[in-house]
Amino acid sequence: MQETINHMSIQVKFFASLREKVGMEELSIDAAVTAGEAWNIATDNAEAPDNMLVAVNLDYAQLNTAVFDGDEVAFFPPVTGG
Amino acid sequence: MASHIIESSFDPWQRIQQHQAESNLAKQFGATATFVGSMRDFNDGDDVSAMTLEHYPAMTQRYLDKLEADAKQQWPALLDCLIIHRVGDLNPSDPIVLIACWSAHRRAALDATSWLIEALKTQAPFWKKETRQDGAQWVEKNTDGH
Repeated sequence: MQETINHMSIQVKFFASLREKVGMEELSIDAAVTAGEAWNIATDNAEAPDNMLVAVNLDYAQLNTAVFDGDEVAFFPPVTGG
Repeated sequence: MASHIIESSFDPWQRIQQHQAESNLAKQFGATATFVGSMRDFNDGDDVSAMTLEHYPAMTQRYLDKLEADAKQQWPALLDCLIIHRVGDLNPSDPIVLIACWSAHRRAALDATSWLIEALKTQAPFWKKETRQDGAQWVEKNTDGH
C-alpha cells in the first residue's frame, strides 16, 4: 500500500542563546527554498545575528543553502564546547 | 575509534585505562597522548560557580565521529582515539572533555590530539552557560588557540 504524503514540512531548530532570543526551541514550517527563508518564516523576519551559524541536515551550511521537504534546519551561535 | 557524549561526571583516567584494556590494538600502542579540559571557577575576571553545557545531540555525535575520521585520514599512523564530552550541569574542577590518541610512535598521537581539541572547539555544536555572581550567562566564543 502506498503512503500518501499530505503536506511538505521543514523542521527548524534553535539552540543556546539564539533559542532564548527567538523564544522557540523547534517548529515545523510548511515550505522554504533556502535556509535563510526558513529563518525568516520561522522567526517572522527577525534580524539574524552576524555571527549566527546555520546547519542543514546536521552539516554546516549557509543562509543561501537550498532546503527541501523533510530537511532539518538549525540556527545557533558560535560553538563553545571543549 | 570511539566518541561519547555523556550526562554525568566521568573519570578521564579511568576511561583511558578502560579503553586501552578493551582494545585489541593495545600491544601496538607505543604512545598515548591525552588532553583533558576541566571546568574553571573563573572566566574573564568573574567567579564562576556552575556551568550548563547544551548541545545539538545528533549533530554533535556526527561531528565527533567525523573529526576522528578526519584525524585518522591526516595521521594514518594513528591507531585509535577516544573522545568523551560532558553535557548537562557541571561544577568547578569537573572534567568537560577528554581526547586520547594512540599510535606506535609519539608524533601522530601528539599532533592528532592537538588538532582534535582545536577542531572540536570550533566545529562541534556545544554551548556553555556559566553561573556567575550576576546570574547565568552564555559564553560567547572560545578563546582562540590558548
